[in-house]
Amino acid sequence: MKRGTAIGGAILLIGLWADAASAQTLKTVKDRGALLCGVSQGLPGFSNPDDKGNWTGLDVDFCRAIAAAIFNDPSKVKFTPLSAKDRFTSLQSSAIDVLSRNSTWTSSRDTSLGLNFAAVTYYDGQGLMVRKTAKLNSALELNGASICAQTGTTSELNLADYFRANNMKYDVTAFATADETVKAYEAGRCDAFTTDVSQLYSEKLKLANANDHVILPEIISKEPLGPVVRHGDDQWFDIVKWVHFAMVNAEELGVSSKTVDASLKSNQPEIRRLVGVEGAYGEQLGLTKDWVVRIVKHVGNYGEVFERNVGSGSKLGISRGLNRLWTKGGIQYAPPIR
Amino acid sequence: MPAAPRVAWYNNPKLRGTAYQLAILAALLWFGYLFALNAKANLEAQKIASGFGFLDHTAGFGINQTLIDYHEADTYGRVFLVGLLNTLLVSGLGILFATILGFVIGIARLSPNWLVARLAGGYVELIRNLPLLFQILFWYLAVLSTLPGPRQSLSLFGQIFLSNRGVVLPRPVPGENFLYVACAFALGALGAFALAFWARRRQACTGQPFALLWPSAALIVGLPLAIFFLAGAPLALDQPRLQGFNFVGGLRLIPEFAALLIALVTYTAAFIAEIVRAGILAVPRGQTEAAAALGLRRGRILRFIVLPQALRVIIPPLTNQYLNLTKNSSLAVAIGYPDLVAVFAGTTLNQTGQAIEIIAITMAVYLAISLATSLLMNWYNARIRLVER
Repeated sequence: MKRGTAIGGAILLIGLWADAASAQTLKTVKDRGALLCGVSQGLPGFSNPDDKGNWTGLDVDFCRAIAAAIFNDPSKVKFTPLSAKDRFTSLQSSAIDVLSRNSTWTSSRDTSLGLNFAAVTYYDGQGLMVRKTAKLNSALELNGASICAQTGTTSELNLADYFRANNMKYDVTAFATADETVKAYEAGRCDAFTTDVSQLYSEKLKLANANDHVILPEIISKEPLGPVVRHGDDQWFDIVKWVHFAMVNAEELGVSSKTVDASLKSNQPEIRRLVGVEGAYGEQLGLTKDWVVRIVKHVGNYGEVFERNVGSGSKLGISRGLNRLWTKGGIQYAPPIR
Repeated sequence: MPAAPRVAWYNNPKLRGTAYQLAILAALLWFGYLFALNAKANLEAQKIASGFGFLDHTAGFGINQTLIDYHEADTYGRVFLVGLLNTLLVSGLGILFATILGFVIGIARLSPNWLVARLAGGYVELIRNLPLLFQILFWYLAVLSTLPGPRQSLSLFGQIFLSNRGVVLPRPVPGENFLYVACAFALGALGAFALAFWARRRQACTGQPFALLWPSAALIVGLPLAIFFLAGAPLALDQPRLQGFNFVGGLRLIPEFAALLIALVTYTAAFIAEIVRAGILAVPRGQTEAAAALGLRRGRILRFIVLPQALRVIIPPLTNQYLNLTKNSSLAVAIGYPDLVAVFAGTTLNQTGQAIEIIAITMAVYLAISLATSLLMNWYNARIRLVER
């Protein structure tokens, strides 16, 4: 769209006057009084505005956790909806402080874009959704099909790889936004729609007849989704990374939004370090002593955030799966706070 | 007469003017160089990849309409070519059809038939007042939602199929001797041009008209057709067959292309219609009245008297509309048509992150296309200009 050209022009101008990236993001955020968070344009469960403009979702709660850690107020966040096309250029140009938009961590994005992936908040994979009337049981039966995908995503690339690897023919129609992609799929333009499985569940909710569609069992790629920050600011990188690890550690140690006040009086050394009664781990990050208490009280631990937004407490009903704690058979593992 | 007073070289106004202009030009170039250096330094500081080496990297994604061979393992450079050809295709066909439709509607609006004139007027007022993006989306969604799926496609003679995956036609596969047919067509076209040239010269000299239609048709159509049958009809047809999900074989026009073309053509034709009407109204009424007094019919008045004079007024704004159409084709990304902006400044930009280089290349390409179009139109304009003393 012409918007791409407009943003490209803006990048040209901003790139000419931007400072070399400095370790100033935390100071800038504190001075501004609000965190600028880049999110999606409406993905239920991850980042979705309701009709009054209040944002909810897993990615939204992550940004609120950062804001809670810095300001002790989870509402001090300004959300910027971004499409898959302009999400990285917005972050590169400092229009946002952190990108929390279900973005897949890949080597080329980590290196050639000048960005750092701070953590994996959701281990996902790519899948395909088809109509039940097609009577398909497996993605391997899709030879010759038309597939709808979103442009500029790993979904486009993984789709090409999968069909190439299995010697199948296909033709892809790529749209600029997820909404247009789903609309085209619903209108019958394509036989299948492909994106991350969590997004498939989420988009299925928006379809007119959700029960007419089925998600095929094949997971055709690894999609570790997480928040992204700019190169060159190690302190900010550490803060964003450790906000996620704090939430995972809190769940592991049994500290939830309901029990966090009681845990301040705990005798267990791990919990005492987590909530800041012992040690100066918050100050080492540039935050306050009670940074984890702020996060868990205002937003919750990882498990609470998951269940509330995409799990059993939500309309998506996705099971924890790989996103369980390592102690419960999943791969969410946080280094210790000590 | 005394000689002009000698002036020191540094007071010579001409020399001074040239020096100032050179200094400003040098300053502008230096400024531009500084900009580029600054951008490069900032990109390096942020460890964002820069340079044009990405054009040799593997693309890894598919494109659903390619006029040249394209495979997922091809480079971003090839993606650029595919996008460019798609843009040129939709722009070229758009310009052609928009001109034809625009002229028809513009002349229709001046028709003495009340209904025809009002219908044309209504068309122009409706179409040119709606944003183009909405019109593109309308045609795309209207086209998509009314057409059936591939398994229930509408078919014509069992050869041409229409579904929401697009129009599928049998693809002509030229045989061995098709080269002779192609040569015959080229010769026939040249012959028709030569004939027209000769006929015009003869009419200028002797005043005798020459009916060009049938001899030209014989040359352009008849000659190749004759060679075709003599060579044993060397043309096979690759029939499309429904196999699994889609049609296999044949030539396919995707619905995105059709919707974009229809939207661009109808939109630009509304503007061209008004330009044509303005051009025709600019020709003095005396010309029409004199021609009518000579007994010429309305169609002939238009063709021989009014339009040649009107074209002088029409060509410059018409160039504008052609450039607008070419640039408006970049809205293709809204409906998933793989033009230059969609695959190169969209997908490639997002995959490589090299926004500055890619946007610069895309802008340079559009600039080149637009400059070429306006050069051509300016040459034509100069050719039909009134030659004054």
